[in-house]
Amino acid sequence: MTEKFDAIVVGAGPSGNAAAYTMAKAGLKVLQIERGEYPGSKNVQGAILYADALEKIIPDFREDAPLERHIIEQRLWMLDDQSYMGTHYRSDKFNEERPNRYTIIRAQIDKWFSKKVKEAGALVICETTVTDLLKDAAGKVIGVRTDRENGDIFADVVVLCDGVNSLLAQRAGFRAELKPEHVALAVKEMHFLPRDVIDERFNVKGEEGVVIEIAGTVTSGMVGTAFIYTNGESLAVGIGCLVSDFKKTGETPYALLERFKNHPSIAPLLKGSEVKEYAAHLIPEGGYKAIPKVYGDGWMICGDAGQFVNALHREGSNMAMTTGRLAAETVMALKEAGKPMTDANLAAYRRSLEESFVIKDLKKYKDLPEFLHKNTQFFSDYPNLLSKAAETWFRVDGIDKKTKEGQMVRGFVKARGWRGLLGDAVKLARAWR
Amino acid sequence: MTVQIKVEDKLYQNRYRVDEGRPHIAIKDAAKCQSCTDKACTTACPAACYAAEDGGVTATFDGCLECGTCRVICQENSNIDWFYPRGGYGILYKFG
Ligand SMILES: Cc1cc2nc3c(=O)[nH]c(=O)nc-3n(C[C@H](O)[C@H](O)[C@H](O)COP(=O)(O)OP(=O)(O)OC[C@H]3O[C@@H](n4cnc5c(N)ncnc54)[C@H](O)[C@@H]3O)c2cc1C
Ligand code: SF4
Ligand code: SF4
Repeated sequence: MTEKFDAIVVGAGPSGNAAAYTMAKAGLKVLQIERGEYPGSKNVQGAILYADALEKIIPDFREDAPLERHIIEQRLWMLDDQSYMGTHYRSDKFNEERPNRYTIIRAQIDKWFSKKVKEAGALVICETTVTDLLKDAAGKVIGVRTDRENGDIFADVVVLCDGVNSLLAQRAGFRAELKPEHVALAVKEMHFLPRDVIDERFNVKGEEGVVIEIAGTVTSGMVGTAFIYTNGESLAVGIGCLVSDFKKTGETPYALLERFKNHPSIAPLLKGSEVKEYAAHLIPEGGYKAIPKVYGDGWMICGDAGQFVNALHREGSNMAMTTGRLAAETVMALKEAGKPMTDANLAAYRRSLEESFVIKDLKKYKDLPEFLHKNTQFFSDYPNLLSKAAETWFRVDGIDKKTKEGQMVRGFVKARGWRGLLGDAVKLARAWR
Repeated sequence: MTVQIKVEDKLYQNRYRVDEGRPHIAIKDAAKCQSCTDKACTTACPAACYAAEDGGVTATFDGCLECGTCRVICQENSNIDWFYPRGGYGILYKFG
């Protein structure tokens, strides 16, 4: 291939699809390269789709996108070994004409999105791994090398949407290797159940869905969370913890998942299901401070490759789509103005990120990843303490309430000390701000 | 509570297109594994591709889920040569 493209997009996940679609739609000559047999075949997500980010790219996506259920109820659970304690928020307002959040099946949504990318006019090549970036003598990126024969292809700009590992950015020296404390390893299974069984178990009907986000002793003191999401006819069940904690504890991810599934509060939800897939993937959780430089001469980085994930709110694909779109718009504006894809000109991408919710949100929680990494009591002591307190409070056993209150307070003080408790509260509040 | 689990049973549910004879991951220096104290790759790999054996480590990557954990966790020793499989090969998620 000797022809030259306006842009090459590496990867067909949400960031790559958003970038390729936006540029192709605007008439740019776009090549997108994906290593999987089909888009989605390598990708793993919970998965919640946040409508707003996709709506800004494909406003009428609801007409034919493969959506599972719209979410009307959010449950947050804190588990210890025997119990769960939780808050639920459910509202009929979420049964709106244009729902805000959906469960989706990742391989299916990626395929659908890729079809839109092709319809918009981009050339999409699958089953092809990009092995290196091509640079000119001055170090400007001018194209990519693939594992196909005669696999060098050239473009004005290469948009790296190759996901959390981004070996391309690493090999090119644009980004360092991931730090074990900046990535979580998540494992996930797909549990199939008849639709009416899911409806009954989760107290929903029709297209309504529930998500359960879970923290507590199920992660064996490691920084991490678990989840159960309702699809139409399946449940997505997963758990993830920091890689540094896996190293420290020697826990295996599959034993963790199995323990979670066997928890007395979880097992009844999964009873009788047929498991059809077991998946694993890394999630970038280093937050704001882990974001590398995301542009340079002839290149840009979007999505997980740039660490754009809000771990606390479990937002990743929306940040991926938004960063992909903003990168595309930067390229389009430069093309329009007849300007080259230089480091100085592409800096406009970073500025548009600063103005978006992406950087604003990640900045807000910039201290949280380090905080949780250093304060694992929130994943070990506190779930046990809260559970014990609740058990004391609800059990009617002839002990007067004042004595019970005393027991509850002493439980906390004994485990953390007054100073510890106060310190934890202050630290948490600070990291939250 | 201890739960017995066989990872093979989990991987059995998955679809793969294995690139026979061309593993995409390799241990660089077997001697380094001998002196590696925690051998974190053997516990953290979600597909149990690594096994501790005779003080060292053996590995087969047919069940690899291409997550990258082993590469990240072996950073101090930097003893794992890791790249993606050739285009089209490896894990094929139906759902993801
Ligand atoms: C268990 C789990 C649950 C999650 N839950 C949610 C959720 O509920 N909601 C949410 O919004 N986010 C969630 N996320 C995060 C979300 O999945 C990611 O943020 C999102 O997928 C990032 O998109 P991306 O396009 O940047 O990268 P990816 O989706 O990883 O896509 C990268 C693509 O590039 C391809 N590729 C990589 N290297 C090459 C190469 N060299 N050559 C060719 N192709 C290449 C890959 O095959 C892949 O298709 C979750 C993640 C996990 C792991
Ligand atoms: S962590 Fe690295 S050095 Fe240690 S046993 Fe595994 S591959 Fe070998
Ligand atoms: S990439 Fe993931 S699944 Fe593959 S060998 Fe490494 S840790 Fe195991």
